[in-house]
Amino acid sequence: MALRIWASSTANALKLSCASKPHLSLSRCFSTVLDGLKYAESHEWVKHEGSVATIGITDHAQDHLGEVVFVELPEPGGSVSKGKGFGAVESVKATSDVNSPISGEIIEVNTKLSEAPGLINKSPYEDGWMIKVKPSSPTELESLMGSKEYTKFCEEEDASH
Amino acid sequence: MPACIHELFVEFIVSVYHRHHHTYMHAFGIGLTGLVVALGYLMKQKNHHISLPLQLLLPRRFGITDSSFYVCGPALKDIKGKSPSLKFERRKKNTRPGILVRQLHIEEQLLRTSSENWCIINDGTNDPTIVMGFSGKPAELLEIESVLHDQVPVIRRFTGGGTVIVDHQTIFVTFICNKETVPDLQPYPRPIMSWSSSLYSKVFGGIGDFHLRENDYVFGNHKFGGNAQSITKNKWIHHTSFLWDFDVRNMAYLKLPKLAPAYRSARGHLDFICRLKDYMPRSTFIDKTVEAAGTQFSLRSLELEAVVTCSETEFRPSTRFLTNEELAAAAAAVSEQQLGLP
Repeated sequence: MALRIWASSTANALKLSCASKPHLSLSRCFSTVLDGLKYAESHEWVKHEGSVATIGITDHAQDHLGEVVFVELPEPGGSVSKGKGFGAVESVKATSDVNSPISGEIIEVNTKLSEAPGLINKSPYEDGWMIKVKPSSPTELESLMGSKEYTKFCEEEDASH
Repeated sequence: MPACIHELFVEFIVSVYHRHHHTYMHAFGIGLTGLVVALGYLMKQKNHHISLPLQLLLPRRFGITDSSFYVCGPALKDIKGKSPSLKFERRKKNTRPGILVRQLHIEEQLLRTSSENWCIINDGTNDPTIVMGFSGKPAELLEIESVLHDQVPVIRRFTGGGTVIVDHQTIFVTFICNKETVPDLQPYPRPIMSWSSSLYSKVFGGIGDFHLRENDYVFGNHKFGGNAQSITKNKWIHHTSFLWDFDVRNMAYLKLPKLAPAYRSARGHLDFICRLKDYMPRSTFIDKTVEAAGTQFSLRSLELEAVVTCSETEFRPSTRFLTNEELAAAAAAVSEQQLGLP
């Protein structure tokens, strides 16, 4: 982890970048973006299947946050609002808000994250899912980014810093 | 508008008053000396600059005639469960006023509700206080029996990071910034940490082999500054507790953390940390920190009355004291676990 931080800092200082890879690290040079998901500018993803939407944070986010050591999640039965925080992840020294890309009722939370918060790092789009929601306004999904748009968003964000 | 900033200054004045009139620091509730410096934000736009000057808040004299002091406002609700109001409440002597909790409440409120950028420098708290990070587990981090026996206050703060024990010898420096404030800075933990170390590099200027080691400020391989952050959708906070000096006896309240930086190499507390006072005078450090901030931000001064307000707010901070019952329950749970009890 320390070596990775050093490499990332050095790369940033030297303004190194891969032409097709927005992020340089020892483990890999790019963040995974999955097709079929929708993405928020605050780096959360939504997978809409029928009447249920699953939400988590993206590979880009987990990579930039570092090792996740704690996850704070809401209780099922509560509600989330588009753009508002519903929980937080702690990564060594920082707590970071997690915002919901859509509004709705929370029907399930990933209880495995209490014992294994690192699932967010290892499997951000699958085992590291955070909450499942019943969307109250399905049209909100339309305002989110698709995979290509989000990939470009991440590249531009990394390139501008 | 930040609530209860003036509360810090009221207590600053009380602290000054008491320090001149009493020999023993711990005989009374000693106010927290606070110097709040608003950090201006220099925003470059196409053809013009918009800059906010540094807002230096100067404490005002209050007519304190006895050893009691006044606190005010919304913070009371968090500590005592009373309804927030604009009235002043008189506290008895020797009560622990929760000064550090109120500082953290103010910081959390500024992070969540203010659109300004802030730099807050607080020159120590009163009694030794343990401050745990967001997810800290008392049983893993504290010698709970000793903590309870000696009634050391324990706070769980809203930022991440580890556990520290702070007192009147600690210096706290906090930066609260909008995400766009620092050009080319990505609002993630590592870039913010790197930015902070570059700022403090200007403060120390090569003294003592200062650098950022993993996430700590060190001289050589000895830690003297602990960092913690919180990142929201639009802002971030980075705050540091600097070990100006410390009482070695206080370190006995803390266990060796499981999650420790690699460079610690399993060293005990006293082999791992060092004192800032051995490298720089206290006032020099604070002056140089403000000076370093001034190289990146536009600073201006403010009259206290312009920003001081103590008003009701819907914001509810998460930072709080842990109760004796919670600490005892945590210790009991560990004992049961060790005995193999359900």
